[in-house]
Amino acid sequence: MALSLGKSVPYRHPSSVTRLILLLSLSVVLMVLDHRGNHLETIRATLSLVVYPVQIVAALPGKAIGWAAEAFRSGESIEAENRKLKQERRQLLARTQRMEALEAENRRLRELLHSASRAAERAVVADLLEVHPEPFSRTIVINKGKKDDVYVGQPIIDTRGVVGQITAVGALTSRGTLITDPSHATPVQVNRNGLRTILIGTGDQYFVDAPYLTASADIREGDLLVTSGMAGTFPAGYPVAVVTKIVNDPNEAFLQVRARVKAQLNHNKEVLLIWRDNAPAASSFDAEKRHEPQ
Amino acid sequence: MSPNNRSRLIIAATFLVAYILTSLPGPQWAEQFRPDWVGLVLIYWCMATPQYVGVTSGWFAGLLLDVLYGSLLGQQALAKALVAFVAGKLHLRVRVFPRWQQAAFVLLLLLLNQLLVLWIKGITGESPARLTYWTSSVVAMVIWPWIFIILRDIRRRGHVN
Repeated sequence: MALSLGKSVPYRHPSSVTRLILLLSLSVVLMVLDHRGNHLETIRATLSLVVYPVQIVAALPGKAIGWAAEAFRSGESIEAENRKLKQERRQLLARTQRMEALEAENRRLRELLHSASRAAERAVVADLLEVHPEPFSRTIVINKGKKDDVYVGQPIIDTRGVVGQITAVGALTSRGTLITDPSHATPVQVNRNGLRTILIGTGDQYFVDAPYLTASADIREGDLLVTSGMAGTFPAGYPVAVVTKIVNDPNEAFLQVRARVKAQLNHNKEVLLIWRDNAPAASSFDAEKRHEPQ
Repeated sequence: MSPNNRSRLIIAATFLVAYILTSLPGPQWAEQFRPDWVGLVLIYWCMATPQYVGVTSGWFAGLLLDVLYGSLLGQQALAKALVAFVAGKLHLRVRVFPRWQQAAFVLLLLLLNQLLVLWIKGITGESPARLTYWTSSVVAMVIWPWIFIILRDIRRRGHVN
């Protein structure tokens, strides 16, 4: 009995406590390195390659449903959509005609004022692979990465307004933080009078807050908030949100202003990435990194 | 292929499915009910086959989850390593528990996981914690019996032992 004991004793890890302590310390080191100064970008980018197939497979059912819906659509609905699109196109063309004239006029006026002209912008469509897999943070994963020259801080928009900005770049994918994420702040101004303020995400999918406006601020419900171009991340003039509710509580120092996001954060399958010809955010960021003591 | 390697492959495949289930897009309101699939699979294999899946596998599983989530690198790794450790330590006892008691044990482990992540997030100044944060673990507890049966069948058919 005593002799056979060695065989009948169930398997146990030889040194799981030591290993646990080692791995726990390793994770603490990782977290500190990751939190203090993003030293792990290469590790993250490499590991994101491993995760890429998972994200592709996970995005398949949604795409398949989309294809199926497309394949089974009746001719009538396609015709109707076609009519609608043609009408929209006519309207847009009419508006662009005016736009070109206005742009030329704007340039002339700016030259007269000797102010810098607006940088030209280039946009590329990116597919959404994933929408905030982690609850309570608002992030997306898109299918453009380092190979497409995506950079940290790059603005993401859709056809209606600002969506967010890129916060991590992998080799083939990158991650964007939405403007509704509680950690995201967007510098904006009121389109009507140019009043500048900052929008903070609420974690809700539709709303953002403008917490730093005093009771005397000239802001009304229905005001359109557009990017102000401050801080250099977002180019100026893109619509962000529409003010929906203003509460003036005399006990509070600031107004409680809530605004509904213009971009369709929850219905998008595609977003647009913007490059500016002289992207200041990226270049200053790089410059900072280069000057860091090794 | 040696039986050992085949077993590892089968285990890795179940983890792969768990990752896919984790990143499957779904409606916004359903997000809080999504269980920690990777945690469930990890706990099962730690209990059933501690010779293959232990603290180290748990750590790597968590690290990949961090990359998938885009969260601070190492927070899920730390939590999952601890979960794997506890599950592995108690596997002989938990194996013979009645199913509901096992589910309660799983709930405790996943709550521990969430609590650790919440602490780390608190330290780094993220995450507005709400009560619905915890619902995913309760959902995981409810579905545990089925997860157990499915994974047990996979283990038996694939002769993972």
